[in-house]
Amino acid sequence: MRVNVTVNGEHRRADHVWEGESLLYLLRERLGLPGSKNACEQGECGSCTVYLDGVPACACLVAAGQAEGREVRTVEGLADGDDLDPIQESFVERGAVQCGFCTPGLLVAAHDLIERNNEPSDAEIREALAGNLCRCTGYEKILDAVRLAAARKAEAAR
Amino acid sequence: MNTVNPARTPQELDDTITGGIGESPLRPDGVLKVRGEFAYSSDLWHEDMLWGATLRSPHPHALITGIDTAAALAVPGVHAVLTHEDVPGENAYGLKYQDTPALAADRVRYQGEPVAILAADHPEIARQALKEIVVHYAVLEPITDPERAAHDTTLPKLHPDGNLVRYQRIVRGDPAAEADVVVSGVYEIGMQDQAFLGPESGLAIPAEDGGVDLYLATQWLHVDQRQTAKALGLPPEKVRLTLSGVGGAFGGREDLSMQIHSCLLALRTGRPVKMVYNREESFFGHVHRHPAKMYYEHGATKDGDLVYVRARMYFDGGAYASKTPVVVGNGTTLSVGPYNVPNAKIEGWGVYSNNPTCGAMRGLGAVQPTYAYESQMDKLAAALGMDPADLRIRNAMSEGSANVTGQVIDFPAPVAELVQRVKDMPLPPENRTSPVDIRELPGGASNTTHGEGVVRGVGYGVTIKNISYAEGLDDYSTARVRLEVIGGEPVAMVHTAAAEVGQGLVTLQQQIARTELGVPRVTVHPADTSAGDAGSSSASRQTYITGGAVRNACRAVADRVFTRAARQLGRSTEGMSLSGGKLVASDGEVLAGLADILGDEAIEETREYHHRPTHPLDPETGQGDAHVQYGFSAHRAVVDVDTELGLVKVVQLDCAQDVGKAMNPDAVVAQIQGGSAQGLGLAVMEEILVRDGKVRNPSFTDYLIPTVLDMPPMRIDVLERADPHAPYGVRGVGEPPTISATPAIANAIRAATGLELPRVPIRPEHITGT
Ligand code: FES
Ligand code: FES
Repeated sequence: MRVNVTVNGEHRRADHVWEGESLLYLLRERLGLPGSKNACEQGECGSCTVYLDGVPACACLVAAGQAEGREVRTVEGLADGDDLDPIQESFVERGAVQCGFCTPGLLVAAHDLIERNNEPSDAEIREALAGNLCRCTGYEKILDAVRLAAARKAEAAR
Repeated sequence: MNTVNPARTPQELDDTITGGIGESPLRPDGVLKVRGEFAYSSDLWHEDMLWGATLRSPHPHALITGIDTAAALAVPGVHAVLTHEDVPGENAYGLKYQDTPALAADRVRYQGEPVAILAADHPEIARQALKEIVVHYAVLEPITDPERAAHDTTLPKLHPDGNLVRYQRIVRGDPAAEADVVVSGVYEIGMQDQAFLGPESGLAIPAEDGGVDLYLATQWLHVDQRQTAKALGLPPEKVRLTLSGVGGAFGGREDLSMQIHSCLLALRTGRPVKMVYNREESFFGHVHRHPAKMYYEHGATKDGDLVYVRARMYFDGGAYASKTPVVVGNGTTLSVGPYNVPNAKIEGWGVYSNNPTCGAMRGLGAVQPTYAYESQMDKLAAALGMDPADLRIRNAMSEGSANVTGQVIDFPAPVAELVQRVKDMPLPPENRTSPVDIRELPGGASNTTHGEGVVRGVGYGVTIKNISYAEGLDDYSTARVRLEVIGGEPVAMVHTAAAEVGQGLVTLQQQIARTELGVPRVTVHPADTSAGDAGSSSASRQTYITGGAVRNACRAVADRVFTRAARQLGRSTEGMSLSGGKLVASDGEVLAGLADILGDEAIEETREYHHRPTHPLDPETGQGDAHVQYGFSAHRAVVDVDTELGLVKVVQLDCAQDVGKAMNPDAVVAQIQGGSAQGLGLAVMEEILVRDGKVRNPSFTDYLIPTVLDMPPMRIDVLERADPHAPYGVRGVGEPPTISATPAIANAIRAATGLELPRVPIRPEHITGT
């Protein structure tokens, strides 16, 4: 089948898509966007989190065909050209990235949280990120990074 | 395929950032990683590439009476189907013993053992075609009890020499010593998994010289190269390996997974072949942490001085040896912990069984006994009526102590201080605010309690872990450093084969080069087998060993700069140093710009670093200077336990660790946080459940690792008691925090509940007794 999808603001088309393929496969293997990660492909780890029509979703659980005509925003679409999004900046600055395999999914989830709420409590941050596994960091530096990005965002909004 | 992107390959890391040793510069790969542009091994892509897939045994133990691949090969889109008959070289590999077939020949010894492989146009075609391969099995009774495997000679032999991989005994002082106060216990530890997030994967590309280039995620390129070349029947130089992005490792990438398979398929089809395991296959495709059963007896004086330790421990190595010999070595030599013990009799058995193969995981061989002896220390403290921390401090080893193998510790060992430091940290407030935030309670937002039935406990865990390879192995690393002028500026390039698996080695290599050569700009070349052997990214050894090699190479480069400068400037090399891109005299006078000294002529040097020799253990007494260095850490855990439902919430987890020298303080703290999370996982949730040799939970749905809701806040205290024998005084960092976190939490749960709890992970039913 053929799939048309808008990815990071650009219209993309993929031909000969097998109907069982996931959106994650479409992005990674057909559209050349491997930023979203394939850690479990079962909806358990959050590494593949992308925005689908503005709502975070596990790309591994979405059939490629379901994305037809819709808007996807991946980790590759968070930065504005060379300028990193504040959440990306704070992940780098706060050492929230070790192996980095969980990072793209966490960034999208955290980005979404801060978009909705730029003064999240610790409990709210933990809740928002509870679906994203990280095996390396113990999460403390990830929490730091989200706190920092939220504070900067709140500051900018003032 | 209408894919539009080019091939993705590993990147050079040259982010120009500052920061030398002792500072915390940012990772050079950080920006790539947050942009989603960092090429992990599962992201690799090549025009015309095929997808490889593996057929695995459904049985833990069976004879193979026939394999028929014709139907699979007939599936449209399938390009090759291979079995053991297609392995051109030796069909046997392994880290210590070459006992593991690349593809099973006449029998399978564990569920998930690779039997056949194939390559197809699309991963789904590959998956479907696997079902068309017909394997005839004669199913056999599996051997699943390690203790029986060690002693029952009537059991069938899984390998020609029987079912014992290694037995080691350690006898010190009077093995039959007696004491006033005696406590004993039998402890068990379940099978933990490394559960790194990046799946096993790689891309093999056939080369014109009849060899193959393999891009992959691993922990030790050269050991993979040697084993893969042997199976392929090629000389090692025709099997070239390049490290691509690694999504965590923790020991799970020390053994081969898809290396031989992807190369076999690439060479057979003449096309690039990509293999990527899914999560279930990852659980079957790598080795796990050895489960263990340990019998311990501690004797002490009435005042609380340890008199003796006697222990017997059984490590289940599963189907193949992998790192079992080392687990037995580490397990026995570290069996009494960081304590002074005058008399000991320790025995350790590592065995073959039909359970999943076990090998390396963070804390190798030390995790198991630490859980047991730290449980014993609490039991002893209770029997003596002593404070558990004080008992540990009283018996703590220190510099000058002799350990259980008779090795005298000739470097700092601040064990008592570490315990005292976690003991002195403030405890979280006892009185919870009212109304309580249920998210802070066991069960969290599931709203299982409002505080009723919840009890609090505090527990300690202390450990000693050997750093680097031991027992007489020549453990070394190689580094090539090149200094040249690019764009008018001096730039250093560091090239090693050392694997960056997430720990931050790339940052460290830059820091060392910046400090030693006084240049801000340092590039880290992708790790590959064209550089000399760097050894493994394991055993907490890379900062020590590869760090030492980079230092040596930098100093050799600097010496040549000085010689050249001396010639050019007509003065002696005496007192010259490099700083801020300049050549500086001992009085601080700037002699010349480094760029001017270098001109167009690059300087390049390659050096190795070998650590001090270690020695094998005496087979009879287990005495010997087996280890080169030790790391120490102490944890204190505070837990809340819902005794009705058996749910545990770790409220706080504090740690003190001695790292010798904090080369990158932020990265050190990050290692302690991440390691502690894995220790927490083993304490309360992580276990591969195996019944009759079969794995029951090979998914992230059923194998649980800690989430952000499970990790409590941590206070971390980092000591720097330099080891005079190590480069910059460093002490390996990565493993100790994983090891001591587990018993701290287990002891805290015991303190809260008064239960024996002789097994980790501690599950709700252990607490409720149902
Ligand atoms: S890869 Fe999609 S949730 Fe894990
Ligand atoms: S940084 Fe490795 S999984 Fe999160």
